[in-house]
Amino acid sequence: MHPVVKTVLERLGLGLATLFFVSIIIFSAIEMLPGDFGQAILGQAALPETVAAFRQELGLDKPAYIRYFDWALGAIQGDLGTSFSGRNASGADRSAEVVDKIAPRLWNTLFLASMAALIAVPLSLILGILTALYRNSFFDRSVNTATLTTISFPEFFVAYILILFFASLNQIFPSLANVDPDTNFGERIYRTALPAFTLTLVIVAHMMRMTRAAIINLLASPYIQMAKLSGASQTEIILKHALPNAWAPIATVIAFNLAYLVVGVVVVEVVFVYPGVGQLMVDAVRTRDIPVVQGCALIFAVTYILLNLIADIIGIVTNPRLLHPK
Amino acid sequence: MNKDTNTYSAAGEVGSVLESRSTFTRLKIELNKAPLTAKFGIFIIIVFVGLAIFAPLIAPYGEAEVFPEPYAPWNANHIFGTDQIGRDIFSRLIFGARNTVGVAFATTILAFLIGGALGLAAAINRSYLDLFLSRTVDVLMAIPQLIFALVLLSIFGSTIINLIIIIAVLDSTRVFRLTRAVSLNVVVMDYVEVAKLRGENISWVMRKEILPNILPPLIAEFGLRFCFVFLSIAALSFLGVGIQPPTADWGSMVRENASLIQFAQYDLKAAMTPLLPAAAIALLTVAVNFVVDWFLHKTSGIKDEK
Amino acid sequence: MKNKKDNTTLLQIKDLKIEGFSDERWHKIIKGVNLELKRGEVLGLIGESGAGKSTLGLAAMGYTQPGCRITGGQINFDGVDLTKRTDSEKRKYWGNRMTYVAQSAAASFNPAHRLINQTTESTIRAGLKKQNEAFDEARALYDALNLPNPETIGERYPHQVSGGQLQRIMTAMAMSPNPDLIVFDEPTTALDVTTQVEVLAAMRDIVKTYGTAAIYITHDLSVVAQMADRIKVLRYGEEVEEAMTRKMLKSPKEDYTKSLWSVRSIQKPEKKSKDIILEVKNVDAFYGSFHVLKNINIKLPLGRTVALVGESGSGKSTVARVITGLLEPKIGSVKFKNRELPPSLKGRTKDQLQKIQMIYQMADVAMNPKQTVYDIISRPASFFAGLTAANLRKRVVELLEQIDLDESFIDRYPSELSGGQKQRICIARALAANPEVVICDEVTSALDQIVQEGILKLLGRLQKDLNLSYIFITHDIATVKAISDEVVVMNEGEVVEQGLKSEIFSPPHPEYTELLLSSVPEMDPDWLTDLLKARNY
Repeated sequence: MHPVVKTVLERLGLGLATLFFVSIIIFSAIEMLPGDFGQAILGQAALPETVAAFRQELGLDKPAYIRYFDWALGAIQGDLGTSFSGRNASGADRSAEVVDKIAPRLWNTLFLASMAALIAVPLSLILGILTALYRNSFFDRSVNTATLTTISFPEFFVAYILILFFASLNQIFPSLANVDPDTNFGERIYRTALPAFTLTLVIVAHMMRMTRAAIINLLASPYIQMAKLSGASQTEIILKHALPNAWAPIATVIAFNLAYLVVGVVVVEVVFVYPGVGQLMVDAVRTRDIPVVQGCALIFAVTYILLNLIADIIGIVTNPRLLHPK
Repeated sequence: MNKDTNTYSAAGEVGSVLESRSTFTRLKIELNKAPLTAKFGIFIIIVFVGLAIFAPLIAPYGEAEVFPEPYAPWNANHIFGTDQIGRDIFSRLIFGARNTVGVAFATTILAFLIGGALGLAAAINRSYLDLFLSRTVDVLMAIPQLIFALVLLSIFGSTIINLIIIIAVLDSTRVFRLTRAVSLNVVVMDYVEVAKLRGENISWVMRKEILPNILPPLIAEFGLRFCFVFLSIAALSFLGVGIQPPTADWGSMVRENASLIQFAQYDLKAAMTPLLPAAAIALLTVAVNFVVDWFLHKTSGIKDEK
Repeated sequence: MKNKKDNTTLLQIKDLKIEGFSDERWHKIIKGVNLELKRGEVLGLIGESGAGKSTLGLAAMGYTQPGCRITGGQINFDGVDLTKRTDSEKRKYWGNRMTYVAQSAAASFNPAHRLINQTTESTIRAGLKKQNEAFDEARALYDALNLPNPETIGERYPHQVSGGQLQRIMTAMAMSPNPDLIVFDEPTTALDVTTQVEVLAAMRDIVKTYGTAAIYITHDLSVVAQMADRIKVLRYGEEVEEAMTRKMLKSPKEDYTKSLWSVRSIQKPEKKSKDIILEVKNVDAFYGSFHVLKNINIKLPLGRTVALVGESGSGKSTVARVITGLLEPKIGSVKFKNRELPPSLKGRTKDQLQKIQMIYQMADVAMNPKQTVYDIISRPASFFAGLTAANLRKRVVELLEQIDLDESFIDRYPSELSGGQKQRICIARALAANPEVVICDEVTSALDQIVQEGILKLLGRLQKDLNLSYIFITHDIATVKAISDEVVVMNEGEVVEQGLKSEIFSPPHPEYTELLLSSVPEMDPDWLTDLLKARNY
């Protein structure tokens, strides 16, 4: 087998194994709940029979590994179980399917995250490469101090400053990003402008700094000096000599930061009361609605693992040592 | 002394001899040479630590003392006004320094104790223990930290102790990786082999040969991890699942007063209130980052080109 | 390509001064050096570490490394002062009229491109030739440089060919635009001696054929003697002397120049000994599934030195790991004073550990940078001999005096010592254990010649005074001659031969020994020519 294929398959296998263990961890959340949580959810007034019925619905009478496979198979088919909320002591069940709660919000979150990524990725790559090329110049130093400051800001600080200036003092954008399925595309962009901008600011600082470090590391290689001494111009050095070797580090930087974006989205959604998965998860954590927490966590974790997997695969398929084995 | 080498004397050979100075004078010289950003950072850190330690002496009112007027504007009695149930914002900001920074600091220390010890053990042992720990950490790190923390908090509930333990355990994965990596660089050094060949026991090798050499990167990492933990805890508190009322905490103070920001056009000062605790968080993080940046530049010895 | 040799001046450097930035200060690296080079002439630049020879070599191309600046003087290349040109103007010269061959070919080739594209890149960029023309010529150069499969080797990627081949391909790359000047920067330093011969021969021939002027930078006088018409000796950024090669070798004016081959001046008379203190018996050892040592038998006579000679990968350092117990042999054993030592370090007693001590190649990493000289030397003394307080300090001072240093060094950190001093401290640390056998693993190879000489003499004296037995691992034949009584030649994990120094160095030799010994450059400008004739190249 070609080494590239072999390495990619190995990496995919590792990704699957990781996913398996992560799903076990998330699944066991329900295992770690105290024994009387049924009572706690249904209320003190719940009859023992109601509690018992609830426990049976959750399958707590079956051994854990069977429940895991039921849960995992369900998750693969898009069934994440039923929410804890909407149940009461009388046994009446107005609870919703977790999937129905997550699905519409997932699209909102993806929309917001992609909007931020579309601005942030090109911007930070360009800034990162420029500061690496003109390192220690005044431009580089000021960008460095500015980004060091930005990465120190909590997301909600950036968000509220933006709200103060662009929504409160000057009412250019709405401070609450409420969208619903009927909102048209242009309106959607307008309403999510501030949250997207917040995320962009936070991400650009991180991504730019890491790009700069990766490029500087690359430019220190002896073969770059060799290229200079063979008369290559600055552009040629970047495009022909540095770039072919830069895909792996750059992909890693992007994946790392997009993964960071996934987390940043939670806080930003809460600030702007944006109907996304992040906000849903935070609400579920407050009410200790475990199935919803599990569903959201699974989605975030899968995204995170996938992003890192893609970055690694890009690194593998652009590695000349693997592409052209001995 | 032996004189058979007439053109050469070992003692006379030029080494890069440094003047012997005490640690204190060296520190003073270094501080004087430090860039403005680092000096600013050190100043801010000292101020914040002072506030945290002497909070009850400095704050005009008690942490949870309730006054009759909620949402009082900024005035002589309440410099930054009062919050939604009438507590003095300025006093809570000062107590917040103690609570938020204290919790973050305790968490970081715990994370370093766990991650550092395991990382060192894995680097020295290099067998099944290393394999097991490294794979476990890989899996734990495959879940975004904030998400993982949310899951755990939803199970165990948001108490300060839970918060500290959960964040510390999650963050210790990164400390583990760094400690292991830097220790591995040191473990392969010939001087460690010399100690092993002498028959020194593991604890001596760890204490005398390895620890002193991995300390500088770990100290820098401590600063960075503190920032990260501090921001995570602030974010969790802001989301309402971190430090719980009535304990004064910067993250939750932002959330509690956030609605005031809508009134910026009528009362700019009141609208600034939720930004104050947020700014305090930002300021301390910036300060620590500036100091770490300078420290890294000093100890790495990496000279940027040009 | 036609021969460019004539007697006009190609390059003239006048009073050049260069500074480098480190520790937040500017330091002088080149302090006013003059240099002249005629068309087709080869100038050798020689000096030890810190002489500024690489900086000067690069400056000849008008290039300064990042962190360096030219503060004075001129670099006139064919009538143009390069110090006054911008980078984009100089780029028209680089890779066209002047080219560069770096020390580490493996790191200097871009891993992402095919070798032939890299070989011809600058030629095509400068518009000197069309692509197919340049490729044809590159293949011809590969052939002229004795590369295997010259037609197809260029299609490979850098990681697919060996180090010696890469170095020759880099020479082809430098020759491709048919430049006026090539700067060779220690091009064979990283190679084994047997590989070095072929590379040297190939480089010399091609430079001669095309009449290209060259600057050849190295720290090894015997190498530069084969390559250069004229030699310039540098020290601390200043010229020591300059002369035609033959004249320089026959009658150097300055003492410093003579010291550049000082190790060759030591010759230890060999002594026999019947008592064997240490014996390696029938040892086979593995790294994982890799068979590193195959049936090794070595005897170390009491109070004598056995030199283990071999090239990289011969397994000579692994023998040391087996003796010290760091690597357990699969078969065979190590005997100390006729008693078998436990195979692994953990099984050995304190007494057994004490008797065998080791000294390393890189003194830098053999000492904990966070410990003072006192900490470093006193630990074995207290650990093995149980000395305390005042006695311990007395012992440390005594050891420092044994290695020609004094009490003033006691509180220094390794970073405050020179290279030679560091190695002496490592010797003192080994002595502090009161050993009977000392294993020296390439202890002099990282040091300048004059410092090497001092260390070798010190080791010789200590052997006499303390009746020590040495196993001396080295790849350098001059060092072997300087220190050993007996010699063990190793190749690919096997012992080729063992015997008294005089026997090993006099013919007849086994095939490998012959190849190894004949490949060691000598202080004779005709050595390479004669060797190639003898080998029928």
